[in-house]
Amino acid sequence: MGGKRILEVKDLQTYFFTRRGTVKAVDGVSFGIDRGETLGLVGESGCGKSMTCLSILRLVPQPAGRIVGGQILLEGDDLLRKSDREMREIRGKKISMILQDPMTSLNPVYPIGDQVGEPLRFHQRLDRKSAAARVLEMLRQVRIPSPEVRVREYPHQMSGGMRQRIVGAMALTCRPELLIADEPTTALDVTIQAQFLKLLKEMQRDFNLSLIVVTHDFGIVAKICDRVAVMYAGKIVELAGIRALFNRPRHPYTMALMNSVPKMERKVNRLTSISGQPPDLKELPPGCSFAPRCSLAMDICRKEYPPVSTAGEGHTLTCWLAREDAAGG
Amino acid sequence: MVKFLAFFRNAPFFPLAVLAAFVFLGVFGEWIAPHDPVEGSLMDSLTPPFWEAGGKWKYPLGTDSLGRDILSRIMGGAGISLQIGILVVFVAGLMGTLLACLAGYLGGAVDTVIMRVVDLVMSIPYLVLAIVLAAILGASVYNIIIILGAVIWTYYCRVLRSEVLRLRESDFVRLAVVGGCSKGKIMLVHIFPNIVNTLVVIATLNLGTVIIAESSLSFLGLGVPPPSPAWGSMVADGRDYVGQAWWVSFWPGLAIFLVVMSFNLVGDWLRVRLDPKFRQMAGGS
Repeated sequence: MGGKRILEVKDLQTYFFTRRGTVKAVDGVSFGIDRGETLGLVGESGCGKSMTCLSILRLVPQPAGRIVGGQILLEGDDLLRKSDREMREIRGKKISMILQDPMTSLNPVYPIGDQVGEPLRFHQRLDRKSAAARVLEMLRQVRIPSPEVRVREYPHQMSGGMRQRIVGAMALTCRPELLIADEPTTALDVTIQAQFLKLLKEMQRDFNLSLIVVTHDFGIVAKICDRVAVMYAGKIVELAGIRALFNRPRHPYTMALMNSVPKMERKVNRLTSISGQPPDLKELPPGCSFAPRCSLAMDICRKEYPPVSTAGEGHTLTCWLAREDAAGG
Repeated sequence: MVKFLAFFRNAPFFPLAVLAAFVFLGVFGEWIAPHDPVEGSLMDSLTPPFWEAGGKWKYPLGTDSLGRDILSRIMGGAGISLQIGILVVFVAGLMGTLLACLAGYLGGAVDTVIMRVVDLVMSIPYLVLAIVLAAILGASVYNIIIILGAVIWTYYCRVLRSEVLRLRESDFVRLAVVGGCSKGKIMLVHIFPNIVNTLVVIATLNLGTVIIAESSLSFLGLGVPPPSPAWGSMVADGRDYVGQAWWVSFWPGLAIFLVVMSFNLVGDWLRVRLDPKFRQMAGGS
């Protein structure tokens, strides 16, 4: 699919400076996305998934949060060097976002047509008439029935699934190159979820869109992602193509996550879970952050953070076990 | 035109009619009043309304202690009282809303400064502040508007700021930021329309308070300068005669009551009318 890198994040560090210490919400994250590719960001709550996304948009909550290091290259341009005005141009036009809750993602006082059209009028300076035409086209594309009537209706007159599709239309009116979807289907019920994911996939094909999907649902990952980055305590612990990750997960954390997904095949009395709590990001243990909860932890894990090792084509992980394997054979 | 009329479908007839009548009086009162609202004849002082013993048709609602016709004074005072009421609510509402948006949305130092000023103004009893301001500025209708506006905006500011704080964290505002909206545009396009409902409710409730507040300033001699009729000061004037001449305070009091109630009812209707959730019900399918 073109194969061209659209976004390259290098050693991104986003810290929060609080009274009780520095929270390393994103701590040296690196990944890249090609045009038309879908990257899943997976991990427990509070592992830095959402902060990574907000950092890409340079919308880290001020004044506590700050991007302290790294590079975010959008088509080779470093976003961290852009002025606020330039960033505003980029947001919505090149990168856009969908949030979790469709019920609150739309402004209740405007008809939906106005809201879908707003970015068009702002970014492309379209007049009312041509913007309205584009809005209708967009709504048709996201399968809103009888869009001519719907454009004049208000958000409260729509169902959750419909609203999320409208949010999708809003995000895509300006034909962005990258769409960040922060748990886009969490608030939808299962049948609507499947529908929405299918739509998202179609949109991606039609617009040659790159997608970052933040989720903790491996079902969604399996359905739409090409590659997956598993995050733990502000770091990416494993980054792999979808097949490699599902067939041969290497990092103990990835394995543990997958094991905690309930299986349908056999009956279990207890659901497996990962023991312990995610670490306090203010006081990370010296070695691997996952070591205290890891069933395969070795001595070295508690002392030193493992370097990145390669486990096949485009498959990287940070774990001492992978080093052992490589050294042993 | 049709759209304009459709807006008034289901409008409450009585309160709007009362308000229209009073606005009409406010504009033309001086010309159509049967007597001069300022000049009285001391011979006729404290004449009761026409149906009471000693009442005259010449003064249908009676006269005050200086023999001025109360009906004429109410008509003449409508302009001043409504002006004060509406302008103060407008000035205070505008200032309060603007500062609430800035404080709530920008947060940080801006928020701290604005809200500490609010605390400061609120902590001083408003009459003391009004006395100081009136002493500096002198007593006139426009100074009253400035004085009351300078005190009352804090109330709008505090209530609306909390609304803005709630909206700032809502997803549609976050998405607007992601969509490249500037801060000013977000406040104007996304936040302000969502606090209008609250603003309308506060404003209509506040209007009565303002008209009464004008009377307490008048009571201290800091209000509308004496000969000009203002409802608040008329009520205050009648205080000394309540035992013998109830009508001196009663009629202006009734006028205040009618206006305040009408504003509240209209405000109620407007709040529902402006809320998209009620729009389709009000519009009839």
